[in-house]
Amino acid sequence: MPPKLPKPEELANVNYKPPKKWWQKGTAEIKEGFWCFGSRPKYLQAVDMPNPREWKPTDEDWKLPDNWREIFLEGMAERLQKYRSFHLFMDICVRCGACADKCHFYLGTGDPKNMPVLRAELLRSVYRKYFTPSGKLLGKIAGARELTPDVLKEIWTYAFQCTECRRCSVFCPYGIDTAEITIIARELLNLLGLNTDWIMGPVANSYRTGNHLGLEPHTIKSNIDFMLDDIETVTGIKVEPSFNRKGAEILFVTPSGDLFGEPGIYTCMGYLMLFHELGLDYTWSTMAAEGGNFGFFTSNDMAKKLAYKIYSEAKRLKVKWILGGECGHMWRVWNQYFDTWHGPADFLEAPVSPITGTRFENAKGSKLVHIAEFTSDLIRHKKLSLDPTRNDHLQVTFHDSCNTARGMGIFEEPRYIINNTCNHFYEMPENTIREKTFCCGSGSGLNAGENMEQRMRGGFPRANAVQYVKERHGVNMLANICAIDRATLKPLMDYWVPGVNVAGVHELLGNALIMKGEKERVIDLRGEPLPGKEGA
Amino acid sequence: MPTIECDGKTYDVDEEGYLQDWQIWSEAVAGYMAKQDGLELSEAHWEVIRFLRDYFQKYQIAPMIKILVKEIAKTMGTEKGNTKYLYELYPAGPAKQACRYAGLPKPTGCV
Repeated sequence: MPPKLPKPEELANVNYKPPKKWWQKGTAEIKEGFWCFGSRPKYLQAVDMPNPREWKPTDEDWKLPDNWREIFLEGMAERLQKYRSFHLFMDICVRCGACADKCHFYLGTGDPKNMPVLRAELLRSVYRKYFTPSGKLLGKIAGARELTPDVLKEIWTYAFQCTECRRCSVFCPYGIDTAEITIIARELLNLLGLNTDWIMGPVANSYRTGNHLGLEPHTIKSNIDFMLDDIETVTGIKVEPSFNRKGAEILFVTPSGDLFGEPGIYTCMGYLMLFHELGLDYTWSTMAAEGGNFGFFTSNDMAKKLAYKIYSEAKRLKVKWILGGECGHMWRVWNQYFDTWHGPADFLEAPVSPITGTRFENAKGSKLVHIAEFTSDLIRHKKLSLDPTRNDHLQVTFHDSCNTARGMGIFEEPRYIINNTCNHFYEMPENTIREKTFCCGSGSGLNAGENMEQRMRGGFPRANAVQYVKERHGVNMLANICAIDRATLKPLMDYWVPGVNVAGVHELLGNALIMKGEKERVIDLRGEPLPGKEGA
Repeated sequence: MPTIECDGKTYDVDEEGYLQDWQIWSEAVAGYMAKQDGLELSEAHWEVIRFLRDYFQKYQIAPMIKILVKEIAKTMGTEKGNTKYLYELYPAGPAKQACRYAGLPKPTGCV
C-alpha cells in the first residue's frame, strides 16, 4: 500500500531552516513518500541493461556488484571525455546561490539538498575527489569526498528528486544546466541497475511495442474507435482516420497517454476533429504510437534507441514530414537530440502546411512540426471557424510545460490558440510562466503513485500560482500542452486547489471548432452540457 | 519478491500487491485479495472482474475507465454503466482495485 499522504495544511508548512549537520557527510535517508520502487529485473533484461535484480531503495543492501565503485567512476570518466558540457558544469560553479530558491522541490521541501547547487554538488564532490588534483590532495578542504555506499544512495535520492525541468538554469549566471547533471547522474546509476520501476516499465514496453503503455496495434485502433464514437455523439460527424497508410503526406505522432488516459483522450479527440475538418492527408502509425521517450530518463543510448522508430516509420510509410502532438519531454528530445542522433532526415521534405502554404523554417532540419505551431498558423490564416462561447463556462489559465517552454521556446502559439477558442483567459504571475514556468512536480518519470508526497511538494509552487488566479479571476481550467501534465496536474489540483480542472489545448479547440455539417452541439467532448444547453 | 499465499499456492506479486503474471491468476486469488481489503465479492464484483480479464486477453492491457463504463452499460444495462456504480463496488477505484483482483498489471507511462 502507498504511504499515507499528509493533509495540505501540514505539507504547506515548509521548514526552510537548514539542518546543523555538515552536508558532506553523505546521508542516505530515504523518506517514505519520496521514492519510487526499484526496477523489476525483467524490465532491465528486456532492454539488455546491466545488473538486473530485485532491490528496494529502503533496503540497507542494494545488492550492488562488487566493483560498483569502479563502474561508477569509469562511467564518469567516460562521460567527462564525451560531454564537454558535463565537464564544464563540474568545474565552473562558483556557488553564488542564484539557483538555490528557484527549484520547485526546494520550495516544496525546504531540503537544502534540493537546491540545484547542492544537488549538483553531491556529484561534483565525487568529481573533485577522483578527477582533480586539488581534490585528490586536499580532500574535504577542497570540497571533495569519497564515493561511499551512502554517498551513492544520496546521489540516487536527489537524482530522482529532480524533474530535469531546467528552471534553475534560467537563473544561473553561468548557464549551468543542472538537468544535464541529473541526466548524467541517472546514467551512472543505470550502470548499476538503479533505475525505477515506473521508468523502466515504459522503457521495456516501448522497446517491445513502440509505446510506453504497451498498447498493441489493435488496442490503439480500438481506443481511437472508441473516441470516434464519442465524437460522433457530440458532433454527428463520422471521423475516419487511417492507420499505417503508405503515401500519406504527414505522419502524426503523439504520446500514448493521449490514447489511454483521461483527460488525454479529450485532447486526442481534438486532434482527430481538427484533422478531419481540414481533410488533412495524414496517418497514424501503430508502431510509432509514442512521442514520449522514457529512455531519456535512463541513458542517452536508450533514448536514442527508442527514438529511432519515428524516423523509421516515416521512412517506411513514405510521408513528407512529421507532425507531433502535445507532449513535453517528447519535444525536448525531438527538438534538441533527434537531428544529432538520427539526422539528417533527408528522406523527408521541409515541412509545409498543406492548408496555408506556410513553410516551417524552424523545422527544416528535423522535419518535426509542433501541433501548436501548426494550429496557430491555421487560425492566423483564418482557416478555422471557431465558436469560443462554447468554452464560456471556463476561466482558463495556461501552464507552460518545462520542456516546450525552456527546451524550444513555445510560448505564444498555445496562448494564441486559447485566446481564439476561449473568451476568458488569465495569466498566472509573471515569474511562474513562460521560461520561468514552474514544473508540475512529476516530470522526468517521477509520476508514479508511491512517491505522492514528493509530487505534491514538488508541485506546490505551480499549484500556488494557480490558487492565485483562482482567487483573483475564478480560474477553473488549467490548460497545458503535455501528456505528463495532463496526468499529473489533476491530482495536484485536487490536492492543493480543488475545483480546477485540467485540459490539453486541443481539447479546448475541439470544443470550439465549428465543423462542416455538424449537428447543434449540446455537450462538450467530456459529455458535459455546454453553457446555455444544460436543459437540452 | 513479495508473495501471497492462498489456495495452497504461492503467488508472486509486486510491491503494490499486483500479480507478477496475469496468467497464473485464479478466482481464489481475487477472493483472497478482496478479503484482505475487507470486501466480500458479490456477483456484481465478479461481472467486472470477468469483463476485465476478457478485455485483457484480447487487448493486453486493462481498459480505460471510460471503455469499462461503456461496455458494462452495454452488457449489463445503463444502471450499472456509470462511474458511481463502479466506485460503489470498488471503493479504492475500479482501475486499481478491480484490476488488482483480476490479476492484471497496472498501466504505466504518462497516465
